[in-house]
This record gives sequence, C-alpha cells and structure tokens, in this order.
Amino acid sequence: MKRFTCDELVEVVTAYFEDALDQQARHGMQAHLARCEGCERYVEQFRATIGVLGDPPPEKLRADVYDGLMSAFRERRRSS
Amino acid sequence: MGSFAGGGLPQDDVVVTALRAGDEAMFAALLNTWSGGLLRVARSYVSTDHSAEEVVQDTWLAVIGGIDCFEGRSSVKTWVYRILVNTAKKRGVRESRTLPWSAFEQDGGWPAGLGPVPPGGWKEAPAAWPTPEGEALASEVRELIAESLARLPPRQRIVITLRDVEGCTSDEVCEILEISAANQRVLLHRARAAVRGWLADYFESVKPPE
Repeated sequence: MKRFTCDELVEVVTAYFEDALDQQARHGMQAHLARCEGCERYVEQFRATIGVLGDPPPEKLRADVYDGLMSAFRERRRSS
Repeated sequence: MGSFAGGGLPQDDVVVTALRAGDEAMFAALLNTWSGGLLRVARSYVSTDHSAEEVVQDTWLAVIGGIDCFEGRSSVKTWVYRILVNTAKKRGVRESRTLPWSAFEQDGGWPAGLGPVPPGGWKEAPAAWPTPEGEALASEVRELIAESLARLPPRQRIVITLRDVEGCTSDEVCEILEISAANQRVLLHRARAAVRGWLADYFESVKPPE
C-alpha cells in the first residue's frame, strides 16, 4: 500500500475522483483520509467546489441572435 | 414534434435525421440546450461578451451548413463543441488573444511552500463550509465562481468549464480539445484546486465571529 503525505494527497484528489489511481494508491489514500481530518476536510471542500461549479446561472442567446439562427435554419432547408 | 424542455435531447441519429429533414423544433431544442454552455466556453477564448456571442452564432451557422456532411465519427455534441473551439481560436487569433501550445506547460503547479497544505502539515483542519442555502450567499458564491473562472490560466479555464460547469466527460473533453487524458486531468486538478482556494478565502471572510 502506498503511503501518502498530506502534500502528496492533495495532488491526486482529481485522479482519485476519476478512478485513475491504481489499487495500491487508492488504498493508501483511503487509509490516509481515515486518520487525517485535514485531508478529509480538504477532499470534502474539493467535492463541494465541483458541486458549486456545476450550478451556473442560466444563460441563453440574445433573442435577435436566436431568431436569426432559426431563420438561417429555415432558409437553408428551403434552398436545399 | 413536441418540445424537449426538461426531457433532454433524443439520441444522435434521431437528432441528425430531424435536422437534415428541416425539423425546426429539433433545431430549437439544440439551441436551447447547448447555447448557454457554448457561450461559457467561448468566453474562455475571446475577450468580450459580444465576441463570444458571435462565436456561438458562427458555430451554429456552421452546424446548419455542415449537418449534411456529419459522419457520426463523434457524438453530435462533441462535433458542435469542436466547431466552437475552432471558431473561437480563429477569433482569438484576430483579437491577438492566442493560446500558444506552450502555454499548456506553463499552467503549472504550486510555487514551493504555497500549496494548500501548510508547511509541516495541517495545524488545524480546513473549516467546514456553510451550505449555501440563503439566496444572498448563493448569489455571492456564483459571482465568485464567475470571477474565479476569469482568473484562471486559459487552458485550465477551458477544461474546468467543459468538465465541471458543462458536465462533459473526460473522454469528451480530450476529444474536443485534442489533449491526452493525463494532460486533461492535470489542468482540471490545478483549476479545481485554485477555485477551492478562492472559495475557502471567501468563506473565511464571511465567517461569523466566534
């Protein structure tokens, strides 16, 4: 089993989330997290960050751009 | 054809057949579903909202013109995003806001001693964050996220926007940007770590005094 320092652990959080660690590293990471509150909290904050990023304010095309594109679609189909 | 509001888009072959047949409801559904994400990604490449809008508009025009030639070697979504990235890059060049390949390597790691873990390890665990329940807090956090994205090095911003904001998979991002999985992961990790740090600073600054 790989042993992680805190500095090493915070560098592989994304790899851990993506299941890109080998089994040795994965177990080492879990063992470290089980006994290190600092890293456990860090990983929790990392997950919360991803959660907040995934909730952006809604955004859409300006109405005139939207209408222009719908007309372009219509035109194109008519001419082909 | 009904609307697709809330129901997601149908499978690619259905989408492509409908677009080729001139199905306006399908094109409208695509516009509504993807334009927001395309705008956010376009902003990573160009300097103004106006340019980003034009990039998205040109992307959709290219989709209209190219749908008959779409060969299905990638998903429709990946194809549309690739058109966007190419359009945005050309535009970025004109605005001399280019992203040389070498900029990739410079989206580097932490300067010595400035990583998230204090030298010698955590003296105390990082604070637990409040759940952003209140409207005011939620909107401040969203604003902070928007500012954070703008502060990131361009490559990191593009990858984190595609992955975490738009919800693309790692495979999709690699295909859209033509980068390796390892490279994608490094950029994503750097970006997430930076945003986490700024969020931590923010939550620290609004913490009620004990």
